[in-house]
Amino acid sequence: MCRDCGCSLGPAAQRAPLAAAPSVPGRTETIEVITAILGENDRVAAHNREHFDQHGVLALNLMSSPGAGKTSLLEATIRALDGRLKVAVIEGDLATENDADRIRACGVPAVQITTGNACHLDAQMVHDALQRVPLADLDVLFIENVGNLVCPASFDLGQHRNVTLLSVPEGDDKPAKYPVMFRAADLSLITKTDLLAYITEFKLERAHAALRQIGFQGETIELSHRGGDGFAAWLAWLGREVAAQRERTARGETARPSIQPEGAAAHAAGHGPVR
Amino acid sequence: MHELSVCQALIGQVERVARENGAHSVVAITIAVGPLSGVEAGLLEHAYPVAAAGTLAEHATLTIETVPVRVRCRRCGAETGAQPNRLVCGSCDDWQVDVIAGEEMLLTRVEIETEPAPVH
Repeated sequence: MCRDCGCSLGPAAQRAPLAAAPSVPGRTETIEVITAILGENDRVAAHNREHFDQHGVLALNLMSSPGAGKTSLLEATIRALDGRLKVAVIEGDLATENDADRIRACGVPAVQITTGNACHLDAQMVHDALQRVPLADLDVLFIENVGNLVCPASFDLGQHRNVTLLSVPEGDDKPAKYPVMFRAADLSLITKTDLLAYITEFKLERAHAALRQIGFQGETIELSHRGGDGFAAWLAWLGREVAAQRERTARGETARPSIQPEGAAAHAAGHGPVR
Repeated sequence: MHELSVCQALIGQVERVARENGAHSVVAITIAVGPLSGVEAGLLEHAYPVAAAGTLAEHATLTIETVPVRVRCRRCGAETGAQPNRLVCGSCDDWQVDVIAGEEMLLTRVEIETEPAPVH
């Protein structure tokens, strides 16, 4: 079983030998290409982003380990907004409608994607789910990715911003252990800060230092979904991003998360780093 | 399992390139993968035969070139190597750096067979 995401693939130590080339080849030819391996996913993601922009909807991709408090944060956010922003949620899990049911209980539309054994959402899954999302009636679409600190970071869904959650019980060194995921964030939320009084091993300054060490250059908010200054700061960030998305839409522009896997393609083609 | 998804996407790209060039089959594939892409070379190798089965690339070898992480410092301008979880300038230790390599997940080379292998 995969150590990272619980799927059926074996650990690297048990890797199978590669397929052998045929022993009697015909005429061969070598073609040099520079193509993003996930180019097809990126194409569908761009298409999703067009859907969001057509309707002026801000799309946010929420990523964290399982149990970091994504769904609790969304429940509290929807209740605090009290209809001031029109929200819908796409929920990604391996199984069950539990999270979508929790969101619907808050009075907003939710579509559950059950991925089976897949450890991440991809652009096509989100595109399929969008058929059931009332985009014309929305300000914000939250896409709650599968709880996993590895795989979701590699797949563009068409979102405008990535938000990662690091919860206090997980430990302050999580960014150092999962650098790719935490670096991909535009906003990093340190959640469950109401537990700081009990989990004294967690030091906020160490969490901030770990984020800096992996090259995270976005904003960080410390919060508890039970309320307080941090939660208010999160709502304010959300309000600013919704306003920014409306302005972009009016100008016919779009936005992408600051770190994108396709940045790699630009590097290889000799361009500067993508920001 | 996201390396399998990545391999399936890879085979899709390889088959497209192969068809565009009139390939009968694919002999070899080379990809470039950086540690910041979020995929693991060993797991890609493991997933590859599963994704390639029944495609033009069924018998193709897969070569994975690992691209080391490099950063450029915004303060002192130095270009240095770095660890994925320590993206700081190797010269002055500042954390305000731009990643200039190590995020790659690219198909770089496809070797194709344009005529069928002789019957024997």
